[in-house]
Amino acid sequence: MAQNDGLDFEAPIVELERKITELENFSNIAEVDLSEEIKKLHARANKLKGEIYKNLSPWQRVQLARHPKRPLTTDFINLMFTDFYELHGDRTFRDDKAIVSGFAKIDNHKVMIVGTRRGKTTRERIYCNFGSPHPEGYRKAMLKMKLAEKFHLPIIALINTPGAYPGIGAEERGQALVIARNLFEMSRLRTPIICVVIGEGGSGGALAIGIGDKFAMLENAYFSVISPEGCSAILWRDGSKAPDAAKALKLTAQDLIKLGIIDEIIPEPLGGAHRDSKKTADSFKKVLVRYLTELKGIPLDTLLENRYAKYRQMGQFLEQPAEAVKSLKHKQPINK
Amino acid sequence: MGWDGLKKFVFHRRKEMPDGLWMKCDSCGNLVHKKVVEEKLRACPECNFHFSLTSSERIALLLDEGNLEEYWGDLESIDPLKFSDRISYKKKTADAQEKTGLKDAFVVGKGRLGGIEVIFGVMDSRFIMASMGSVVGEKVTRAAEKAAELKIPLIIVSASGGARMQEGCFSLMQMAKTSAAMARLHESGGLYISILTNPTTAGVMASFAALGDIMIAEPKALIGFTGPRVIAQTIGQELPPGFQTSEFLLERGMIDRIIDRQHLKEELIKILEYCT
Ligand SMILES: [Zn+2]
Repeated sequence: MAQNDGLDFEAPIVELERKITELENFSNIAEVDLSEEIKKLHARANKLKGEIYKNLSPWQRVQLARHPKRPLTTDFINLMFTDFYELHGDRTFRDDKAIVSGFAKIDNHKVMIVGTRRGKTTRERIYCNFGSPHPEGYRKAMLKMKLAEKFHLPIIALINTPGAYPGIGAEERGQALVIARNLFEMSRLRTPIICVVIGEGGSGGALAIGIGDKFAMLENAYFSVISPEGCSAILWRDGSKAPDAAKALKLTAQDLIKLGIIDEIIPEPLGGAHRDSKKTADSFKKVLVRYLTELKGIPLDTLLENRYAKYRQMGQFLEQPAEAVKSLKHKQPINK
Repeated sequence: MGWDGLKKFVFHRRKEMPDGLWMKCDSCGNLVHKKVVEEKLRACPECNFHFSLTSSERIALLLDEGNLEEYWGDLESIDPLKFSDRISYKKKTADAQEKTGLKDAFVVGKGRLGGIEVIFGVMDSRFIMASMGSVVGEKVTRAAEKAAELKIPLIIVSASGGARMQEGCFSLMQMAKTSAAMARLHESGGLYISILTNPTTAGVMASFAALGDIMIAEPKALIGFTGPRVIAQTIGQELPPGFQTSEFLLERGMIDRIIDRQHLKEELIKILEYCT
């Protein structure tokens, strides 16, 4: 990790910004007027930011999505909602800290929040299991979503997870079955659901709280069937090809909107959400309020029909025009 | 073809194996006589591990007269991401098509078990590990919709390495799509029997394969979300013996029954008779 928790490709900007701060400090202490100099440096920094961030590669986006200073679910809860009232537990096994859930208000809307939780400090990260839920976490999320359904509260799912936890206990307690059950139930919950990937959208573990009427991504988030590292290890048989895998997987918000997988990209400040969490939250909040207003106006039966149709049409394949229904008599087994 | 037909068929196949009469079991490592394995419908006589069947062998094993009226057999992938790693996805698909004679990894249609009409689908692991891309997801979804429409049971025999990475998020979204279709089938009151065979993991196990009203597994099958190697790597320790097997799942309450291949058809008929 480079200085200031920055990323390699951010280093020139971080370096310039450090210089500016130094000059500012110096000019204050020494009472010399360096404003012209500082102004020039600011202009250079902005130009540099423009150049670097306008042409991010998919792999760089993945790095931004994982940026150690990137605002997390808990930050967005604080920045966009009021009166967050946390609810714990799955009533079966334990309270999974990798999922955070509870009531909250956003403008005039009462909602239920479910999200994956990660930490900033090492201690917090361990506490939240690095944002990777166990089955009890997904069950906890479902329980709160059912509660929301019962009392007609829209659900807002904030997704930022490397994936469902791959461990012995997780398998013992049915990780796959619990994820499947969430997909099954979310497809038919009779209340509006809004899902937003705010950082990492790691495969089935992200999807398990990610079925809804609206599915958006922050500008530098990613959403993928497998991590670029995992894909590179399996398909390239070489863990170092993650940048190639990131490109091939089409996992950025910019790719996914073109492919019709997501509904909207929520803009981030130049350089990424971590450069201005407040500003990110402001544009994010506007989108959520717009969605809530729109979805609340749709009769529930229509909402569910639309939701089914949304997922029903996903996928691309070739089909011969005349839907040939042929009878395969397996008298002679195909034996190749 | 039915039972006797299948036995003749596998006996016939045995003769085509030039490399001797013995094979090593992937599961227990014992050398076992191929003829005995074939007589047990391709199960290990030492440890009862059930070896893979192709989709046509599975159809021959389970459906009356081995007869499937196949649906949507011409759906094929269009490589939506133009994906290429060391080899292109197009080439991988073409190779798998040539090897198997199938367009993709899932064969589905209408057939009968003990005279009871069902929608029957089976995954063929020879086809890119029967991973789920747009074609598999679409056909599973159509199968569920068809079963609901015709008001007949749905039986799916799964075996899969998970999502088809080469289709990126399209493959991920098939988990959502197939699960939503199973929810609809459930709401219509339809019966869905899910049969898990070796191996059923990741995106398939975390979607439609996990959503049966009745969950059955063949003995000793590997079933789980994350593959054992990744788990061992992540936690940095060896996995307990029998981890993620059918027996492990049964013990932990995740499935209804483990059924030997030899009894699979008769037990399916029994279940169908209770639930139709
Ligand atoms: Zn064996």
